[in-house]
Amino acid sequence: MSEHFTLITGRTPEQGKGLHKGKDSEMYRRATALVEMSSEDMASLEVKEGQIVRVRTTTGQVELPVRAGMLPPGLLFIPMGPVANLLIGTDTESTGMPHFKGLTAEVEPT
Amino acid sequence: MSTVFENVVCSFCGCLCDDIVVEVDNGRIARVRKACANGRGFFTHYDPAPQPPTVDGREVAWEEAVAEAARILDEADSPLIYGLSSTATEAQRKAVELADRLGAIIDTTSSVCHGPTGLAMQAVGEPTCTLGEVRNRADLLVFWGCNPAVSHVRHFSRYSVTCRGMLTPKGRRDRTVVVVDVRPTGSTKMADLFLQVQPSADFEVLTALRALVQGQEIEAEAVGGIPTAQLRDLAGRMKTCRFGVAFMGMGLTQSRGRDLNVSELFTLVAELNQYTRFSVIPMRGHGNVAGADQVLTWQSGYPFAVSFARGYPQYGPGEFSAVDVLAREEADAALILASDPMAHFPSAAAKQLERIPTIVLDPMPSLTTQVARVVFPTACYGVDAAGTAYRMDGVPIRLRPVLSSVRPTDEEVLSKIIACTGP
Repeated sequence: MSEHFTLITGRTPEQGKGLHKGKDSEMYRRATALVEMSSEDMASLEVKEGQIVRVRTTTGQVELPVRAGMLPPGLLFIPMGPVANLLIGTDTESTGMPHFKGLTAEVEPT
Repeated sequence: MSTVFENVVCSFCGCLCDDIVVEVDNGRIARVRKACANGRGFFTHYDPAPQPPTVDGREVAWEEAVAEAARILDEADSPLIYGLSSTATEAQRKAVELADRLGAIIDTTSSVCHGPTGLAMQAVGEPTCTLGEVRNRADLLVFWGCNPAVSHVRHFSRYSVTCRGMLTPKGRRDRTVVVVDVRPTGSTKMADLFLQVQPSADFEVLTALRALVQGQEIEAEAVGGIPTAQLRDLAGRMKTCRFGVAFMGMGLTQSRGRDLNVSELFTLVAELNQYTRFSVIPMRGHGNVAGADQVLTWQSGYPFAVSFARGYPQYGPGEFSAVDVLAREEADAALILASDPMAHFPSAAAKQLERIPTIVLDPMPSLTTQVARVVFPTACYGVDAAGTAYRMDGVPIRLRPVLSSVRPTDEEVLSKIIACTGP
């Protein structure tokens, strides 16, 4: 079973700490390779904290551990970084800015 | 023997906090006080030891690396120069000079952070002020689509929320704080009012606020997920405050509408000046990304996404912006200055940097240095090199080094490349 969500990407304190440690560090990799969603959505998808889910957009797909976040139902958050960027397209609508926030994404347990 | 430097500027983010205390022991930074976690990381994780440049991963002499970089750029039909945001204005000037000399495309990290804000400024103007005015005068603060608690950690205490100022002697108690975001964050915890907007509905909410400020009625019970009564209350607070300031971030620039969202906020702020004093300041991320806009504008007339291919500067967001140029595989060589597009570009655009010869100038290893053909490990401005950076409110601040420089600066390396390129 898969459900549709709105995906946003952005900074987190952990991503900031990992960045200083080095972007090839395990700390940075772990900080940027996760997806947050609301507890309600986790219950609806029947997934638990740390379980791997598949997140898919029209650009690509990634498999990430899920974490409960302070998010309204229907919203997904992935920290900015190389993993999130696998889901982001290159269309900038003549602004130079890719669509880093507000993408439609599908999530399913693996 | 240790030396203590006071009032050091941290050039990690656009706050450019200038009260940092740095203790240097035996040529290394031993302790950093007053800085946030990001600032401490900036000072303490930088290794100032000299590093030789590399070509294809092989350590070479500086002259050989400069010659290889110049050869790559000279042979390219459409070179791209990108980044500029974590270096000093002195180096940014050299980057523009190099772009002009090569007939290159030059773009800054603004295009993936506040490029849409630049477009909005060009469309509707910029009702701005300095952070000093915010600290001393502002009694209403609106943070829209930004999370300073994570991205600009000392902003609240130094410039906006909790600091005491000339006309705000009680600090936090003299200010009303409003946060508009799609989700609760560390910043919303500081708010008197948290307005949770639906994703991609900022433009509608801002338009409704403009209408309410102008005294028009709205029949809908809610706009963009926010009850109209709450918006009416905010419009009233905005009109009756003594001095309001809006801070805005990527919640507006990276969502549907992009520059139109920002234009609507800037227009709202401009219109509020019919009733009171109101300003807006973009929350600039990298330490000197505001300087990159300034330098490129005073040298070419445009803030980002500029092509010198025709011998004169042409402006083209979407045409000459780095993500677009790379995604369309138009650039056949790249020089990346003080930024890490391999970590922050959509993967399809980043991949192009692996296919073309790429040159990187950076004090730190990054995902982009890993794929670069030529890497110059340069000095870090504000740590072991002097320079100038622009704070998020456009105030230039001098960066003084706390360590003796043993590495060449970005400015010096770019000057050598310029000397070896062109006709």
